[in-house]
Amino acid sequence: MVDMTRREALRAGAAALAAPALVERANAQGGFDWRRFRGERIEATVQLSPRGQFLQKNNAEFEELTGIKVGLEVVPEQQHRQKIIVEYASGRPSFDVTEISLHVNKRQVGKARWNTDIKALIADSSLTAPDFDFADYGEGMVSYATQADGRLDSCPAGADYFILYYNKELFATRNVGIPKTWDEMAEAAKRLADPSKQIHGHVGRGVKNANVVLWSSYLLGTAQRDMIDANRQLITDTPDAIWAGETYRRFIRDLSPPGSIGFNWNECQTTFMQGRAAMWVDGIGFAAPLEDKARSRIAGKVGYAVVPRGPGPNHHCALFGAGYAIPEASRKKGPAWFYIQWALGRANQLKWLTSGAGVPARSSPFRNEEAISQSHFPREFFQTLEASAKIARAGLPEIVPVTQFRDVIGSALTNTLGGADVATELKRATAEFRPVLEQSERES
Amino acid sequence: MPRDAAVLDGAGSAALPRRRNYARRYAWFVVPAAVVVIAVIVFPWAFTLYVSAFDWRLGGERRWVGLGNYETLFTDARFGWAVVRTLAYTALAVVAPMLLGLAAALCFHRRFPLRGLARTVFILPMMATPVAVALVWTMMFHPQLGVLNWLLTQVGLPPSLWVYSADTVIPTLVLVEVWHWTPLVMLLILGGLASLPIDPYEAAKIDGASPWQAFRHITLPLLAPFIVVALIIRTIDALKAFDTIYVITQGGPGQASETINIFLYLQAFAFYNVGYASAVVVVFFAIIMLLAALLLWTRQRVRVT
Repeated sequence: MVDMTRREALRAGAAALAAPALVERANAQGGFDWRRFRGERIEATVQLSPRGQFLQKNNAEFEELTGIKVGLEVVPEQQHRQKIIVEYASGRPSFDVTEISLHVNKRQVGKARWNTDIKALIADSSLTAPDFDFADYGEGMVSYATQADGRLDSCPAGADYFILYYNKELFATRNVGIPKTWDEMAEAAKRLADPSKQIHGHVGRGVKNANVVLWSSYLLGTAQRDMIDANRQLITDTPDAIWAGETYRRFIRDLSPPGSIGFNWNECQTTFMQGRAAMWVDGIGFAAPLEDKARSRIAGKVGYAVVPRGPGPNHHCALFGAGYAIPEASRKKGPAWFYIQWALGRANQLKWLTSGAGVPARSSPFRNEEAISQSHFPREFFQTLEASAKIARAGLPEIVPVTQFRDVIGSALTNTLGGADVATELKRATAEFRPVLEQSERES
Repeated sequence: MPRDAAVLDGAGSAALPRRRNYARRYAWFVVPAAVVVIAVIVFPWAFTLYVSAFDWRLGGERRWVGLGNYETLFTDARFGWAVVRTLAYTALAVVAPMLLGLAAALCFHRRFPLRGLARTVFILPMMATPVAVALVWTMMFHPQLGVLNWLLTQVGLPPSLWVYSADTVIPTLVLVEVWHWTPLVMLLILGGLASLPIDPYEAAKIDGASPWQAFRHITLPLLAPFIVVALIIRTIDALKAFDTIYVITQGGPGQASETINIFLYLQAFAFYNVGYASAVVVVFFAIIMLLAALLLWTRQRVRVT
């Protein structure tokens, strides 16, 4: 008699149950050999997020489909960014697939040519499943992931747009309409505040570095809208940039809870979820916990809207994004590409959208009316998403030292909350960061 | 000729060949330890010194700048402020636990009901993981939703901004440090108290010394070596403090709690400026060595006294 452990029995049972679905999927591929690399093992590293957790939970599905074993590592966002850069720089990264924060590391990894150009893999029909359909990816996301030299060194995975979250109940009680401009939003915040109940009109990021993306959200509504010009010179001390700084100070110092100077997105989220703030401008990826009845006091009462307009002719929301990449040093590019095709395939990207795990880079999930109607998110959420996608623009400059940029400008913004003059602080910060950028550009 | 002189000029060398052979043979036993020391201490240090002579960002070019990074460092106001904050934080995070730890040790040295249980409860914070401790305190410090402000308002005091204000962030971080590490100081001093002889106290009692006089002139001098050991451990720990500060404030608000460690971390792992960060490491190491030497010298003086 063959000895079988309980774990082996469960695994065999799961495989038997999954087999019909897998066979059906395999048949749908019309002869594409998903098991070409069976027996291989790859290492993948992704950020800790609902997307990363989703992959972790469903890893067995890929292993069953392909016979490839995956060592999947899920690391908190900031530490993940540091880890992959240090490993890339060593010349022998331990992973075959990694997630890349495009708004932080894109130019750095592109300049160093650390990743494989996936265009050749996409073009190879023996390596790319027929239903992968790269044309399904939105043009904007493909352009966002493409390097300046034309190389596509990561596959677009998802986007994050800054939107306006609002507390519908508070808005209804005070009979306040959804603000269409930043000025209207400031007025609404004043009307919605109720100090006796410790309810504030607004909450937003005050902590340095993280706060820059809120400031850039205001800047995107000006005529200038960018942080570096066409000659790649810093333009963060211009009248528009100063207006954005003053708007930032107005919202955080005058209309947000005391102590907001130290708030990152998590403190903002907690405050908003507890019903202590009427409005919050932040990434759409933070929506899922707000609708979780076990954690949120305002589940079912959250309103979603595109960010208000600024004084300029432009109306944009800040865009951030991620891609999945294969290091040039990887010796298992084929299996790694299979993993990316599965992870970012149509089915999984649809699940990301409907579960609120993130905004997929593909466009087909947004056209799937049936799946959207069954989602626990209100239609307003999807409408906001769609509208934001149309006006999205990079929320951070595409430069190598982007973290230092956030640190320097972010410190200046934080100083303004303590009473420093906005123009003086932004001019000082611009002068401080300019040589760093110039050196970086010379080396590029 | 005296025997020693004969040994020195080689006349007695015939008497020592076995010892010299042993020494040569045993020399090989040092090799594993030497390899480990070279691999984990000497090489990293030599490499850090080497890297500190380059202008080098990960993924970018490496350019030799000699002492350029050190020149930049000594004119970098942000680094200067980081040094000031580190020293201020260290001073507070050493003095407060020392005083409280001494008081707690004196208290727990006395016999009272459930003393063992009370001692166990007192040292519990020390057992907790610093990152977990920091996360719990972060929640408690929240200005609107934290339990600390709720407690303050319950007793009629105004709420505080704790770590969410540049004015209060350093004292608040010290509060966490005090809560976490006072038990260690207490344990070290309690060990010292348990080893004190009884005779001087009996003599002092016969001579009519008051409890304060006995403490001032007997307990404190006899405890001094233990106090200095606790002081050295606390000082080095406080200088190295990183996890608590990073988790709670990441050096903020603004740069209000940016100590040398946080500054170093940002340079190395946020800006990937490894050349400059290596120079910071070298200077920080020099500062720690200087303070450690000062404390060891103090300890030596205390022992002599």
